[in-house]
Order: sequence, then C-alpha cells, then structure tokens
Amino acid sequence: MRTILFLLEKEFRQIFRNRSIMLLVLVMPVIQLLLLPLAANYEVRNVNIAIIDNDHSSYSRKLITGITASGYFRLTGYLFSYKGAMSLIEKDQADLLLEIPRGFERNLVREGRQQLFVAVNAINGTKANLGGVYLGTVIKAANDDIRLDLAPQQAGAPPAIDTVTANWYNPLLNYRVYMVPGILAILVTMIGGFLTALNIVKEKEAGTIEQINVTPIKKHHFILGKLIPFWVLGNVVFTLGLIVSRLIYGIVPQGSILLLYGFIWIYLLAVLGFGLLVSTFCDTQQQAMFIMFFFIMIFVLMGGLFTSTDSMPEWAQVASRFNPVTYLIEVMRMVILKGSGLKDIAGRMGVLTLFAIVLNGLAIFNYRKTS
Amino acid sequence: MKEAVITTDKLTKRFGDFVATNEISFEVSRGEIFGFLGANGAGKTTAMRMLCGLSTPSSGNASIAGFDVYRQTEQIKKNIGYMSQKFSLYEDLTVLENIRFFGGIYGLSRPRIREKGEKLIKDLGLEQEAKKLVGALPLGWKQKLSFSVAILHDPQIVFLDEPTGGVDPVTRRQFWNMIYEAADRGVTIFVTTHYMDEAEYCNRISIMVDGRVKALDTPRNLKEHFGAATMDEVFYALARGAKRSE
Repeated sequence: MRTILFLLEKEFRQIFRNRSIMLLVLVMPVIQLLLLPLAANYEVRNVNIAIIDNDHSSYSRKLITGITASGYFRLTGYLFSYKGAMSLIEKDQADLLLEIPRGFERNLVREGRQQLFVAVNAINGTKANLGGVYLGTVIKAANDDIRLDLAPQQAGAPPAIDTVTANWYNPLLNYRVYMVPGILAILVTMIGGFLTALNIVKEKEAGTIEQINVTPIKKHHFILGKLIPFWVLGNVVFTLGLIVSRLIYGIVPQGSILLLYGFIWIYLLAVLGFGLLVSTFCDTQQQAMFIMFFFIMIFVLMGGLFTSTDSMPEWAQVASRFNPVTYLIEVMRMVILKGSGLKDIAGRMGVLTLFAIVLNGLAIFNYRKTS
Repeated sequence: MKEAVITTDKLTKRFGDFVATNEISFEVSRGEIFGFLGANGAGKTTAMRMLCGLSTPSSGNASIAGFDVYRQTEQIKKNIGYMSQKFSLYEDLTVLENIRFFGGIYGLSRPRIREKGEKLIKDLGLEQEAKKLVGALPLGWKQKLSFSVAILHDPQIVFLDEPTGGVDPVTRRQFWNMIYEAADRGVTIFVTTHYMDEAEYCNRISIMVDGRVKALDTPRNLKEHFGAATMDEVFYALARGAKRSE
C-alpha cells in the first residue's frame, strides 16, 4: 500500500508537469464535443435534385413545388432531356433525378395512374437512400392532394392506412441527443486507452523501467500505480463531457448520475487494462500507438456509434459482444436518454467487470520484471 | 579468503544460436571492488543483468547475497543496487523527488528518506539543485546522483554498468572516491568500465572476450602474467583475439 502511494505521487507529478497531457485531458474532449456532433449529422438535407419535366402541366408544377418546398431538396437543374440530367449526376451536381413523363396530368386524370421515374446517384449511399425515401414521401403527399382534387365528391378518400409515430426518448428526433453520449463514450475510451498504453512504453524507451524492474517492487503494485492515475484522468474527461453535454446540448441524464459513474468506473478499469496489456507487448511508443489505433478503430466502428450493432451481420454482432465500447455506448444511451436503472444495466456491468479482471490480470501476468 | 557474496558457476545466456555469455564462473567476496572488463559486445551487460535478476540464465548457476538467480530474484533485488549503462532516473522529476520515489519503493520510511536524502544532497553538493529537474543537470552530476540513489537503501552489492562513460576526468576521480567510500562501508562493488586507469583502482578484475572470462586476477598479477607494463597492454593482448564486436 505504501509503495502504491509513492508510485502515485510520482505518476501525478509527471502528469501535471506534462503540458500536452493536461491539454489532451482538459481541452480535447471539450473541443471534440463541440465540433463532432455538429458535423457528424445523420439528417440528410440539401439533396440536390434535377427534374426533367416533360409535361409542363399544373399537376407537374404542383409536384415540383411540393418537392422544393419540403426543405430537404435543392433544385439544381430543371431540364428537358434525360441526357442533360444524367450529365448533372455525372458531374456530381445532382444526387437524384426525377423524370415527369409527357402526358403526366392527362394520364392521371383519365386513367387514374401514372409512373414517375427516379434515378439515384448511389455513390453516397446514405444520401441517396434517404433522399429517395424523402422524395417518395413528398410524391405521396402530392398524390393525396391530387386525389382529393379529382374525387372530392366521393364520400371520403379511397381507404388508406396512415401511421402516426411517437418518438420515445428523443421526441424531436434530435440526432445530437443520440450522438453526444456516443462521442463522449469514444473520447473516454481513446484518452484512457492511449495514455496508459503509451505511458509504460515511454518508460521502456527511456530505460527507467529497468531501474524499476531491479527493485523489489511487486508487479501488481506497479500496474496499480499506472492504472489509478489514468483512471482518475478518465473520470475528469467524463465529467467535463457531461458538463459540456448539459451546457451546450441541454442533455440532462434521465437516469441516475451515480449509476452512470458506477458504470464508467468499471468501464475505465477494463479499457485501461487493455491499454496496459498492449503496453506489455510493445517496446516502442510507435508500436503501441499503431496497435492501439488498430483496436480503437475496430472498437469504435463496430461499437454501434454510427451504425447500429443490430443491423450488423451475425458474426459482427457476436464480435461486438467482446467490444467494451459497445456496452458503454449502449449504457450511456440507456441511462442518459431512457433513464434506465441498475436492474437494466446490471448484466452489462457484469460483463465489463469480467473484462476488467481478465485484461488487468493478463497485463500483470504478461509484465515481466525478469526477461 | 573472505565470504563470497557473488558466486557463479558456468553461467550461460543464449539468445537463439548466439551465446552472449558462455559458462562464466567466478566469485566476488564481500567489500571487494570487482572490475568486470571486456570489449563492446563481449557479454558484460548480459552477465550483469543475470546477476541482478533482470534476465533469467539459460544454464549454469549463480547466487547473489546467498540467493539463487532462478528462484529468488525478488530477494536478490532487495539486496542489490543497480546503475544501468543508460541514465535511468526520471528526468522530469526533481533530484529530491527521485530520491523520495526510489527510497519509497525500496521500502524506506519517510523520515529515513528525508534524512538520507538531505545527507546525500549535502555530500554531492547539490543543495542548489535539489528542486531542479534531473534532466537539467550535467551528465557528471547525473551519474553521481544515480550512484547515490542506487546505494540509498544500503544494499550489500552494487552493480555499475559503465558508470563513468562520457564523464570528465575530475568527475571520474570524484566518482571513484564515492565508490571507495561505499566499499569501506562494506558494500561490494561490481563495476564495468572501458577506462584502464579505472581498472587499476579495482581489487581484482576479470576480462571477458567473446562471452568467456579469459583472465581473472589482481591488476598487478595480470600485468606480471602478461609481461605488460600497463593494464592497457593486458587488455589489448586479450581482446585482440576477439571475433565479435558491436
């Protein structure tokens, strides 16, 4: 115990003396939380649309007004030939192309049906996909208007199923409410994991670890002496993040803050344990950096921040259960947005406790004082 | 002969096909200043790391302060001090903080650390620098500080790996005075060096060539045996046949 106090004293002095670490811990999370949620936007706006109107009728104009008035589309071309419109797609000036055929109004009135042609530039998958869906909705709305127009005398419109959706936990579908907890989860992971991994390797490079290894220090004391300071830093990052989410994005955790911290405490032990384990395998900071990058990239992209783990292939879903980031993102969203309680997240806490024990155990085992 | 504190018997370290240290056997007795000489790459550092419990031998036996190098490395570590070739105090800690840290992990009590630290700083004349970062000190002072920290916990044996490399002659002389003082207090000194004048200061020296101990005796006997006027010539006569170098 006494040994750990000496280790902690030394470690904290070195951290406070290292300005870049202080900046990393205090400034980076704030800046990233201010920037990323603004940029990483799920909502697709400004879909560039080119329209070929071969009909020039009042209905075709009505449809076009409906599209431009929806707020999602930007009319970048109003053309008379498919070929001309296609060249806009090739030049990347249009994401969608809507062709209104000649006789649109006439066929609609006489025959009661008419086809429209939509071409989608699928290079940007999300934009194309969502743009197509939006366009479908706008056309359906226009269709309903036209229907009312044509058959007002009929008792009610032809039967149609209409759905009303209530968006629970995020009523305005504000994507920031969804992204901010996830980004905070990643910041805590990155800063904690990288700092611990690099710290021990730095001692290897400087040769100071040899001076430690030649003392009768216990291996678990040494590992704890490294774990605790970065665990404290992880908590600082997390707290700063919560403050930013509250002040800037108005996100107030629905669930218990204490529960959230309880989970973060276990989570940090697991992630720092991972960093420590990586450091025992590396001899240079460069190696440690690349290995951490490799894993953090996988953790983040497969952790369900950008793409839901539920829509991943089965093997990836299985893999994501071994990814600590998955659990943190889930729990952050559950507790912050949904107000989940201890009972709801106890299983995930258990899994992370297991991760923490295994990873730190391996780190202690693999740290060799005698080679 | 006095009690032996270091005993090695055919101690060997292999890295794959390469035999870094090849069946070395010798004894060092308490309070002795033992010079461990050899050309670069002769296997000195490897041997020293095995004796310090930093590296497990491939074969052979050794006991340090009565403890076995295979099974009792942690007991060995309590009883030795080590100063590596590479300066290894924390450059981003002050002189006092380094003393406190290493005193602490060797299990010294806080009052004892304070008392020893004050004496150490006074002996080294570092009063002005006590609160400066170690990284800012000149090399000679760093090395003297390193040595003082290595014997802070009163070890039975201290291992010094080229402690005076790159240090000016005046500081080297001061350094050797510190070594003598420690030896007078009964600390066994195990030192490697490339300076042949320093070899003359040792009670006994061994000379390693290509992983083997080729000669082991007092400096005077060695010079006599090789019919040489200086240790330089003795070293040259032995190391000339070396096949490996860095």
